[in-house]
Amino acid sequence: METGHNIVRVSEVTRTFRMGTQVVQALKGVDLSIQAGEYLSIMGPSGSGKSTLFNMIGGLDKPSTGKVYIDEVDIAQLDAYELAWLRNRKIGYIFQTFNLIQVMTALENVTLPMIFAGLSNEEAVEKGLELLGLVGLRERHAHKPNELSGGQQQRVAIARSLANTPAIILADEPTGNLDLSTGEEIIALLKHLSSERGVTVISATHDHKMLAVSDRVVWIRDGRIDKVESRDQLNISVGVISSKEA
Amino acid sequence: MANGRADSAFFDTGGTKISRQVVLPFRKSLEISIKSIRVRFFRSMITVIGLILAVAFLGFVLTGADVATGLLRSGDPELRAVLVKAGYDLPPVGGPGGGAAGAVPEGVATGAKERWIVILSLLVCTVGIVNAQLMAVTERFREIGTMKCLGALDSFVLRLFLLEAGMQGLAGSFLGALLGAATALLAGLARFGTAAVVHLSWGALALTVAAAVGVGFVLSLVGVIYPAVVAARMRPVEAMRVQE
Repeated sequence: METGHNIVRVSEVTRTFRMGTQVVQALKGVDLSIQAGEYLSIMGPSGSGKSTLFNMIGGLDKPSTGKVYIDEVDIAQLDAYELAWLRNRKIGYIFQTFNLIQVMTALENVTLPMIFAGLSNEEAVEKGLELLGLVGLRERHAHKPNELSGGQQQRVAIARSLANTPAIILADEPTGNLDLSTGEEIIALLKHLSSERGVTVISATHDHKMLAVSDRVVWIRDGRIDKVESRDQLNISVGVISSKEA
Repeated sequence: MANGRADSAFFDTGGTKISRQVVLPFRKSLEISIKSIRVRFFRSMITVIGLILAVAFLGFVLTGADVATGLLRSGDPELRAVLVKAGYDLPPVGGPGGGAAGAVPEGVATGAKERWIVILSLLVCTVGIVNAQLMAVTERFREIGTMKCLGALDSFVLRLFLLEAGMQGLAGSFLGALLGAATALLAGLARFGTAAVVHLSWGALALTVAAAVGVGFVLSLVGVIYPAVVAARMRPVEAMRVQE
């Protein structure tokens, strides 16, 4: 695991949306550095600006003011082609609703980013099968998403996110549509990949199971970072939360 | 651009220039669009049926004119009388005394009213295609957004939609043109007997079918341009917001 290298740096980012005549400020100045190899969770209630921040980090949205650097490159400076390249190679996305392409088989879903990256079909298939094996679904590579369970679909999505060996995996509520035990499996898998492969995992989540495996947790409230906790501080506050909820 | 140089290390993962590309080979896009059509066959059919009907109408009218032209060119005054009786507006035969030095009549043009109806039906069909394709784009927002998150360029999305529409257009117009031509021939046979087919110029018929297919194909592409641009321009983050 590399240390000291900032894979993502968010600097004084604000983001305003215009909703009809109203101007809504979703982010009100956020500073955050994420180190390579880190497992980071972004927590916050809905409407807190969590998703907005998450989209910024993923290069899916650009800040109104401030800068977002991915691997020390200002994403606002990138043109459409370079952004596509970034999404293709540097970042792997995992979504709450899995977002597999329904008309394609598991294997085709996993190989698609590799095809975009210019790999030949044979290379892509070989690597795709390997990745499906990594998530324990090699046998089911010919199945379409609707023939797979939610947990299996999310595994395929994880395999797909790893297709071009990205530096960052962005997981947006990866366990949001899964039951408790399946969610735990997915979290364990993500954690395993993070520590095994040194991939930076950044997840936006409501899921308190996610906290236990996170190196750091960023709490967002009302468009600002409320607090950042590292793992050793975390156990205490998790206890507080669960007692609050109980 | 200044950042182009600054980013060279950023893009240089494999140590080779090639690694910077984002591509979708044509064969692969063809494969994906064929798959999409096959999976959504029913929806594709509905999109195409309007086109089939409009092109069939066009083919019917044009082939009808071909049949009439064939009859007229046969030079048989009896057939000419039949045509006039059938309501065709024929150019007057040569000069006075019928001594037009064997001048072959120009042929039978489609009537102005008929032409307008055909044009209108083609217009309506195009609007129908735009409508159906916009629906298809909306239905596939997430798929498009996901592809963009995986690194697809606008042009990939555009190409997929154009390919799909092109294939649908080609197949639909071909079916429509054949249907229209066949119906017109049958109608000709019923009206004028075998003379309709005997005097028909097959070259003209082939040309008519080709023209109808061409028109249908072009309309299908024209109809998909706006929906495809909408799809291609969509930002991935918007696609992610769409709930199932």
